[in-house]
Amino acid sequence: MAKGKFAAVAVAVGSALGAAAIWRRRSGQGSERVEVYYADGSMVTFPEGTDEAARLLPVARRVLWQARS
Amino acid sequence: MEAAQALADLVEISSQIESAVLAKSDGSLLASTLADEERSRAVIHEALDLVGGDGNPTQVEAILPEGCVFVVRDDERLVVAVTGRDPTSGLVFYDLKTCLRLAGEEPEAAKEAAVPRRRRKKEEEAAEAEPAQAQAAEEASDGEG
Repeated sequence: MAKGKFAAVAVAVGSALGAAAIWRRRSGQGSERVEVYYADGSMVTFPEGTDEAARLLPVARRVLWQARS
Repeated sequence: MEAAQALADLVEISSQIESAVLAKSDGSLLASTLADEERSRAVIHEALDLVGGDGNPTQVEAILPEGCVFVVRDDERLVVAVTGRDPTSGLVFYDLKTCLRLAGEEPEAAKEAAVPRRRRKKEEEAAEAEPAQAQAAEEASDGEG
């Protein structure tokens, strides 16, 4: 009986986490990033939360604002 | 090609680009699709900041929920473009690089590059046909005489 309850709770929690992840991806949240390309062909991605993204994303946001206002 | 023409072609070719600004590497404005010159200068100022990081980047794409910002630069110029969400990055970068290349070309070379391929082919065919027509006319006049 206890095993059944545990399994039900585990399935419910897993479903909730999965749904949250899908919603987060579809709504675009958490996908902010900056991709920087160099002359030698290399590329570096700075995801949200990194120092470089913290510096560059506000700059990009100001560009968007200036271009659209 | 004139910078304004290169930028106009860019916006015409790429349906994903909402607006774009072209400038010299030192930040002096060359052309813009934005109506306001002051805002264009502000965009260039910010774009220089985006490509001014360590390692001298040549291209930057910033992805935000409300849209994307692209910056591409070469030795002499840089171009900044704004798109909506989820653009085809490769195509946007290709179009921006083409814009930079055309803006840097001599007027005659750019004019040549801008001639549609089909029209160029027709002109080439006409040029090939010309000597044959001249020879036929010569033969006809020889036959008469």
